[in-house]
Amino acid sequence: MEFETVIGLEIHAQLKTNTKIFCGCSTEFGKPPNTNTCPVCLGMPGVLPVLNRTVVEYAIRMGLATNCEINRTNQFARKNYFYPDLPKGYQISQFELPICEHGWVEITVDDTIKRIGLTRIHMEEDAGKLIHDDHEPVSYVDLNRTGTPLIEIVSEPDLRSPEEAAAYLRKLHAIVRYLDICDGNMQEGSFRCDANISLRPKGQEAFGTRTELKNMNSFRNVQKALEYEVRRQRDILLDGGKVVQQTLLWDPDTNRTNAMRSKEEAHDYRYFPDPDLVPIVISEEWINEITVSLPELPHQRKSRLIETLGLSEDDAGIITGDRELADYFETALVRYDNGKKLANWIMTELLRELKERDQEISQCQVTPDGLAELLTMVDKGTISGKIAKTVFQEMMVSGKDAGTVVKEKNLVQMSDEGDLLKMIDEIISANPDQVTEYRGGKTKLMGFFVGQLMQKTKGRANPQLANQLLAKALDNK
Amino acid sequence: MKITTDEVKYVAALARLDLGHEEAEAMTGQLDRILAYIDTLNELDTSQVEPTTHAISVINAFREDELQESLPRELALVNGPDQNGEAFVVPRII
Repeated sequence: MEFETVIGLEIHAQLKTNTKIFCGCSTEFGKPPNTNTCPVCLGMPGVLPVLNRTVVEYAIRMGLATNCEINRTNQFARKNYFYPDLPKGYQISQFELPICEHGWVEITVDDTIKRIGLTRIHMEEDAGKLIHDDHEPVSYVDLNRTGTPLIEIVSEPDLRSPEEAAAYLRKLHAIVRYLDICDGNMQEGSFRCDANISLRPKGQEAFGTRTELKNMNSFRNVQKALEYEVRRQRDILLDGGKVVQQTLLWDPDTNRTNAMRSKEEAHDYRYFPDPDLVPIVISEEWINEITVSLPELPHQRKSRLIETLGLSEDDAGIITGDRELADYFETALVRYDNGKKLANWIMTELLRELKERDQEISQCQVTPDGLAELLTMVDKGTISGKIAKTVFQEMMVSGKDAGTVVKEKNLVQMSDEGDLLKMIDEIISANPDQVTEYRGGKTKLMGFFVGQLMQKTKGRANPQLANQLLAKALDNK
Repeated sequence: MKITTDEVKYVAALARLDLGHEEAEAMTGQLDRILAYIDTLNELDTSQVEPTTHAISVINAFREDELQESLPRELALVNGPDQNGEAFVVPRII
């Protein structure tokens, strides 16, 4: 039997504000435990939360960038549950009246563009952090993160494969980075995602029983966890079993999902409007102000690079999928105006070297100007394209600029005919058999001669000139 | 009856209240009278009234995104039943 996968994602993005959502405490990550707290975020009795205007602005930005309707009137609600990381006994969130609804984004998978619906985006506060003791049956509560502003972005169950889910996640990640409303750091948890996933027989309308996946803190893990869960559910269904609705945690060490241990009782959050927070009424004026201030978005930047520079769909998609990478590209472009060649280098050499080092573009030792200089040296014939790759690797390691590396390693391309001809003569005398064979018609041996010359020059011979001179020398005699 | 003893026990469980059976029964009677009293409101015709969440007409009570000093940690932790100078200490849940 063939199954169809149905996935919906819930993404939590921490907003890049200076202060928390309802108080003036800092949102800075990594401070000593419980040093960024005050009576409001500690949940002391009698305090009054006051909403950070920037949080509303960022949520509207996200809504506009994802084609949402902005609810002109929206409202906070209390989500009631008891857990030690939640000092008030309720989380302030939005329920019936979220700030944004009914949006969509487009993703591209296998050259097909697909529209994914966004059910809603709402504002809420983050909870604190629990650190479990290794030996004693106790946990330590750090409330620094309590009250950090979040937006939760809920997708429609429109995703039909782990690949589409990963593409959607990357898309939203790119958007929050372009809008500069979230730092997007998945390891530190400022951009995190839960997934609902179920399988149904192909052609069936009704959804199957879903499971909820948590703890996937990288793009790779999201896709791997979903792929695992597709296999797990399919095996159960093919054996005639039933999928149990439950929350599963992804374990990246064993590459499998495990049921989360929790009490059996169903959640009953008893949401109700928070009387401490008055309704938010958003004016047309405010929306217009934010609309005109929106930066160029990933899909717009992609189209521009395709149209103005002639980049391929794939290259432009990958480069603009990461704001920092796109900025890097466009900074280098100021000094080196062959966009296609530059894109090629970034897509192959740069991304490969970064991947090998497990680095982000922001950590890259080679600056955009440095890359521009290197490529200019190739265009001018100072070094060959092949040598440039060696130089680039050295630049990635040492952070030195191209000129210095070329000088230090004596890598300047040899374009002096006299020098090259001398070596060619030596090669011809040293390999009489091959010369005879070549002249007898085995022209494939050209590769052998070029190789010899490259060996003698440590790869520095100008390749075109080398070919030309070799051909002349071999044919003439 | 507006509420059953089972419902009282369910709500108590959500609120992490440990009610004995007799307490739950007593509460059921009390809550039942409270709910019956609140039912008086249903005598009003509200079909033409917009649902409201606040009794005041204030909207958009915002603050600017400006840093304010946090509490010194000793003060933040002082009311915790158990703490170690850095964090609140609680029984382990998971």
